[in-house]
Amino acid sequence: MKVKEILTEKKGQKLFLLGNEAAVRGALEGSVSVVSTYPGTPSSEIGNVFYKIAREARVYFEFSSNEKVALEVSAAAAAAGLRSFVFMKHVGLNVAADSFMSTVYTGVRGGMIVLSADDPSMYSSQNEQDNRIMARLAGIPLLEPSNPQEVKDLMKFGFDLSEQFKIPVLMRTTTRISHMRGVVNLGTVIQGKEKGYFKKDPSQFIVAPEYVVKMRKELIKKLKQIEEQSERSPLNKIIDQGGKEIGIITSGSAFNYVMDVVSENNLKVKILKLTFSYPFPEKLVLDFINRVDNILVAEEVEPVMEKEVLAIIGKYNIKKKVYGKLDGTLPRIYEYNPDIISFGVAKIVEKELIKRKKFSTKLSLPLRSSILCPGCPHRATYFALKKAIKKLKLKEEEVIFSTDIGCYALGLEPPYKMGDYCISMGSSLGIGCGFSKATNQKVISFIGDSTFFHAGIPPLVNAVHNRDKILLVVMDNRITGMTGGQTNPGVPLDGMGNPAPEVSIEKIAQGVGAGLVKTIDPVNLKETEEVFKEALQFEGMAVVITKHPCAMITDTENRKEGISVKYSINQEECTQCLICIKNFTCPAIYIEKDGSVNINPLLCDGCGVCVQVCPKKAIEVKK
Amino acid sequence: MSRENIYKIQLIGVGGQGTIKASTIMGEAAMKKGLNVVMSEVHGMAQRGGTVVTELKIGEAYSPLIEEGAGDLLIAFEPTEALRSLPKINCHSFVIVNSSPIIPFTVSLGISEYPELSSVFGELKAKINNLLIIDAQKIAREVGSIISENMVLLGAAVATPKFPIDKDLVIQSMKANLPPKSIEINLKAFEKGFKEAKKKG
Repeated sequence: MKVKEILTEKKGQKLFLLGNEAAVRGALEGSVSVVSTYPGTPSSEIGNVFYKIAREARVYFEFSSNEKVALEVSAAAAAAGLRSFVFMKHVGLNVAADSFMSTVYTGVRGGMIVLSADDPSMYSSQNEQDNRIMARLAGIPLLEPSNPQEVKDLMKFGFDLSEQFKIPVLMRTTTRISHMRGVVNLGTVIQGKEKGYFKKDPSQFIVAPEYVVKMRKELIKKLKQIEEQSERSPLNKIIDQGGKEIGIITSGSAFNYVMDVVSENNLKVKILKLTFSYPFPEKLVLDFINRVDNILVAEEVEPVMEKEVLAIIGKYNIKKKVYGKLDGTLPRIYEYNPDIISFGVAKIVEKELIKRKKFSTKLSLPLRSSILCPGCPHRATYFALKKAIKKLKLKEEEVIFSTDIGCYALGLEPPYKMGDYCISMGSSLGIGCGFSKATNQKVISFIGDSTFFHAGIPPLVNAVHNRDKILLVVMDNRITGMTGGQTNPGVPLDGMGNPAPEVSIEKIAQGVGAGLVKTIDPVNLKETEEVFKEALQFEGMAVVITKHPCAMITDTENRKEGISVKYSINQEECTQCLICIKNFTCPAIYIEKDGSVNINPLLCDGCGVCVQVCPKKAIEVKK
Repeated sequence: MSRENIYKIQLIGVGGQGTIKASTIMGEAAMKKGLNVVMSEVHGMAQRGGTVVTELKIGEAYSPLIEEGAGDLLIAFEPTEALRSLPKINCHSFVIVNSSPIIPFTVSLGISEYPELSSVFGELKAKINNLLIIDAQKIAREVGSIISENMVLLGAAVATPKFPIDKDLVIQSMKANLPPKSIEINLKAFEKGFKEAKKKG
């Protein structure tokens, strides 16, 4: 399949789509007009697809500077009567939370969907928060798809629901839904309106106390009405496999595991799948509870529905057992899979469930930690900085390295070990401000270009104003790298692929009054080391911008232009001092069985930084 | 709801080897055959030099995740990665292993070890009845591009006895999913892998 087919394939065709790709198709079938995001795994591919097709689809798409801005862009579009779609990873919703909460109060005119991609088991995230709780905190209707087909179909459903009740709708996926591929039957793409018109009404769109007291009342009324819909919705359905001993209430990915376990073991149970799961359909669930002897709630991450079920049982004074996370039948942490569900179900059914022999190995397997790519400019930055620290005789173990969210956080790994504290997007410098006041230790903060635009500017303002003495290293690799290479405000392209003004990090740093601001190409190690030496001795706020394109960009450009430079090691000059391996650690350089050091031409990206690293000048262009 | 006909495939490799592409090609081919198919893939941080796992269930399955010991086919793009997948397979599973090792930097740094290849293969031979060890890297290099390693392994997979999708459909799916520029080399790689597996059958 080619990406374009997500837009161009006709109704009645089938595509093998990723959950994230299905979200794009669903938005297009649902007449979306405005789409915004800040990239974050596991939601990133939605943006990557829009980036490629938005112009042709005549949809406005942008990579906003952060999730809060993205949410505001979509909220305004919906207030102007357009259908809008904003998506982010689960922790992105924390960044957007302030405006998210208020947008639920004000409501919308055009349909608006907020998609939160949660990450159970934290494959690429800092926490395992369950944003179904966010739905309850905000009072926003919640949809939980179980596969790509449902993701697609729920987009259109969500837009209609949103417009019917003039309220945004939250869709919660998880990594296993966003990154699950499945067969999707397509509907018709319907072009949305290109421009809306904002009719003024301060009583709806200004959250001043005099207005919000009414909005709050209105919201509770809406939720009651929406609950009537979730009670009747065909999205919430009972799958009856016979028997009434156990009724399983489930949603999202957990539903898939339940179905596979139930059908493989031919279990006689009833299953209630909740897809339109908030407002919680109390009567529907009560009716289901009344039809079975005991209940198992199978849901991923927090016992959200389980507590709703217990509340119903308490409210109606029902004497039935509820199995789930709270009694330990199923685990509270990490994502589920068929084996975990099977293990839990086995505890409460009479039947012996299928259990297979499990192989394992006694050999110790090599550790495949993530590492900065060959040719990554961040490696050069870390190498030069480490040298500067050493030359100035600073005690490295006393220097505090606060780092941030992005590829460069891998600098915490050996041999660099330059990462001591990292909690959230943009936190490196705020944390740095705290350490510079609370200790006498030297503080160095690292932040990427995209993260700087996202949440790095307010702490820089703070640091300058409060006279902090920090070295901020902005590792500007001209891309949002970790999430797969999206544009950001620092590069001359916008989300539609159109030319756009580059926002200068250097001018921002100068503008807010940082005392020393320097931009350097880190691939030039000697010069970079000198700049770092100066910045480390500077009495005040120092900002060093190490600017060099991500290896993913240079590799693609070189391939296009047919440039292929590789380096190799002259074995006669090499003394096997291993500085290139132990201190620089480019994954392309390795030790052969005979002890000789070599460069893997398949991995070598031709950056040439290792040539500067080698004290014996033994590395040369491969002939 | 018949469960017997669900065919479960796991692919495991290292970031950059093209496991996701090979899986997608299989999945799309299954769809073209009119079968239901679900697949799980790994994105994000795990792709930076880490282990990459994809799982497919072809047939009337809901979740793409394979139950312990239930895999029908394992395609390991790297020898030690085959061992990492052992919990998903049983002695009757078909297992295809690429014999070229990828040694991670942690070994050069001395913080982890890479076992002797002979013991890796020895363990696989002892546990698996239907094992095919194939030098996909060598074959890929012979046909002209090391990057087509994944298509060598795909070809070998299609040649296994119980593989549920016709070869033509897989080739059709390759054409739909690979850049036109590289299709010729990839088809050669695929055919070589197919023949190699038939030969060793």
